Amino acid sequence: MLDAKDLDAFTQDAKNWFKENAPKETDFMLPLTFMEVGTDEQFHFLRDWQNKVYEAGYLGAHWPKEYGGGGLDKAFQDAATRAMAVERTPIMLNAIGLNWTGPLLIDRGSEAEKKKYIRGILSAEEIWCQGFSEPDHGSDLGNAQTRAVRDGDDYVINGSKIWTTQGNYADHMILLARTNPEAESKYKGLSFFLAPMKGEGIQTVPIRKLTGEYGFTQTFFDDARISADCLMGAEGEGWLIAMQTLEYERGARSGQAGGHVMMLSDPNDIIDLARTAQLNGKPAIEDEAIREELVHLMTEARALGLASRRDKLQPLTQDRPMSLALGGKLSSTDFYQRLNAFAITLQGTRAAYYVGDDSAHDNGIWQRGYLNSFSATIGGGTSQIQRNIIGEHVLGLPKS
Amino acid sequence: MSAYVGPGITPTIGLSEEQAQLIDIAAAFCRDKSPMDKVRSLLDEETGFDPAVWSEMVDLGWTGIAIPEEFGGIGLGLGEVVPLVEYMGRAMMSSPFVGTTLAAQAVLRGGTDEQKQTLLPKLAGGAPASLALCEAHADWNLENLSCTAKADGEALVLSGTKYLVIHAAAAELIIVSLSYEGAPALLVLPKADIEASRLTREKIIDDTQRAYALDLEGIRVPKSALMDVSLASETLAHIELTASLLLAADMCGGAFSCIDYTLDYLKTRKQFGKLIGSYQSLKHTAVDAHQAYERARSHLYSAAFLVDQQGEGEMAVRMAKAEAGEAYSFAADRAIQFHGGFGFTYDCDAQLYRRRAIMGCAQHGDARYHRRKLADLMF
Repeated sequence: MLDAKDLDAFTQDAKNWFKENAPKETDFMLPLTFMEVGTDEQFHFLRDWQNKVYEAGYLGAHWPKEYGGGGLDKAFQDAATRAMAVERTPIMLNAIGLNWTGPLLIDRGSEAEKKKYIRGILSAEEIWCQGFSEPDHGSDLGNAQTRAVRDGDDYVINGSKIWTTQGNYADHMILLARTNPEAESKYKGLSFFLAPMKGEGIQTVPIRKLTGEYGFTQTFFDDARISADCLMGAEGEGWLIAMQTLEYERGARSGQAGGHVMMLSDPNDIIDLARTAQLNGKPAIEDEAIREELVHLMTEARALGLASRRDKLQPLTQDRPMSLALGGKLSSTDFYQRLNAFAITLQGTRAAYYVGDDSAHDNGIWQRGYLNSFSATIGGGTSQIQRNIIGEHVLGLPKS
Repeated sequence: MSAYVGPGITPTIGLSEEQAQLIDIAAAFCRDKSPMDKVRSLLDEETGFDPAVWSEMVDLGWTGIAIPEEFGGIGLGLGEVVPLVEYMGRAMMSSPFVGTTLAAQAVLRGGTDEQKQTLLPKLAGGAPASLALCEAHADWNLENLSCTAKADGEALVLSGTKYLVIHAAAAELIIVSLSYEGAPALLVLPKADIEASRLTREKIIDDTQRAYALDLEGIRVPKSALMDVSLASETLAHIELTASLLLAADMCGGAFSCIDYTLDYLKTRKQFGKLIGSYQSLKHTAVDAHQAYERARSHLYSAAFLVDQQGEGEMAVRMAKAEAGEAYSFAADRAIQFHGGFGFTYDCDAQLYRRRAIMGCAQHGDARYHRRKLADLMF
């Protein structure tokens, strides 16, 4: 199935295609991550871009053909994904669909579910969001209290979800809700739904982030009726399915559609910043303390890249096989936070400016990046939860 | 994670088939030959290592791994030596292995043809060797030399004292750095040619190793003892790089075992009715130590892969040395703390790791030293 000649040709085509089709500069700021889609302008631009990439055959190239994928070996999609990265093309919009829902459906969805949803995920015609966190239950996901009560051929949903990425644009939600409050454990009372977002009793309210921008909603369910067909698996399997979903999210399981959904700042940009910034009448990069910290950061950046390659070398992972996969989120999100914070400190009085002011360095990209970086150290399991996960699942320490 | 576009860096790491095999071989060997009670029993032995185990390493061909076949070696690279030293570090094993490997590298890079022909087969065959590089000024800069060699007819007369000559008592050859005609030079000193009284055992922080001061004052050697003077600077740079790589390997290995040792305690010790590993202040710190270790190990095997490449090899090795030193130091520092009162005793192994980490950082530069060098390479 994997013919090296075919792969080479595909790779070359992909490189050419992205070089030719990568969108030119826009007159509005494009989101750097899928969690920063705050305006209709951004949304429509990114939806069109994802659709174009999919139609060209560079998204989900390795997903099954019968559901809308390309039916090729994963190496083909990896080549297309690399081509996108090299050109630093805009992000793929439908992140929850492409990275978590899609692989989940392919791995454990019913035939009907795959037929119904996969193509729309890839084409961006149907946007997905995630309904796990609740206002009172962020890190403590297993304690989710949103209720789903069976009523004939429907479930009636009541409650509220928070941090719904693209909630105001989404057509579907992967929803974790409590079907049995009397279950023997809090986990066994949960069920997993592929729920519609458009319908009576469902309301989304945009949340203004610490940056002053939008990208998330709070989602309210007030006697919202959804078809019983929306239940994925059986009642009571919600926790199990949610945990599997989180494994895609954390990169511990593969099957994602490809493309990137986050554009991280290039650590090398901070070196340019240190060259131009002034400290005591000299470029900041001549200061010994700053030089040492820069080397420290570059060393860490390099380790992140090395880890993902090392993870494929079995003899170098055999001591603790899950270590690099489960440690990746913590080390990378923490690193980018410190990188952005340090970049702000290099700016002298310019550190005081923010996005939109002519005096801001590079339009405040580091200031904004720093504030946004908390979405990654808090969302998807806080850094503190990550340490619990690594401590317990990699190092075998007792539960807290 | 393909879902993230990171920096435009494509760092390199790889593993040869030989490296992969040597990981398994070294793991089994070191576990078998250097269990903790063995390490403990050697602490009070004058030699500080087991000659029988050293002979076995020689028989396995380890001393010839990075020596070309034409000189009696196996003809692999330094990258293949890394797993061996890493697992010796895990087992806190002590032997003349690193010194002998470094001596061979020095001769290979800067020896005369005659020296290569005679010395390399000996070293490959397991003649223990050591390097005398450190001086009273304690500067890591290997070209900062106050010991001298002065010509006296066809002979050279040496002066000064060298310090921290590792396992010198067991060495058959010692490679000495000194100043000759105002420039750095290296020479080969057969130990048989000097009196035993010239070596004085030093009290070092790491009880698992042995170091000696070497009194050079008045030693006469033939001029042929000199290595190629025109290559001395290059050879010293190669020694620093090679030694840094192998020390990084030892420290990376030590960090792993030290974390493992601490985890055992966190999983068995109870306080206030709970296993102490369930407390997040300990658990999260253990995770931080582990993450730093993993980072260091990624750098180590990248350095092992790149060491022979001009420029990139130096960067990779210096990063590995800096990261391994810090990871080991942090893990061992917290290991003492987390063992509580027991951690304050000599019986607790945490102190052995902590001391060995300090020893590793004291040789060929700590993290700050290497980061300064890296800054000059990078910016």
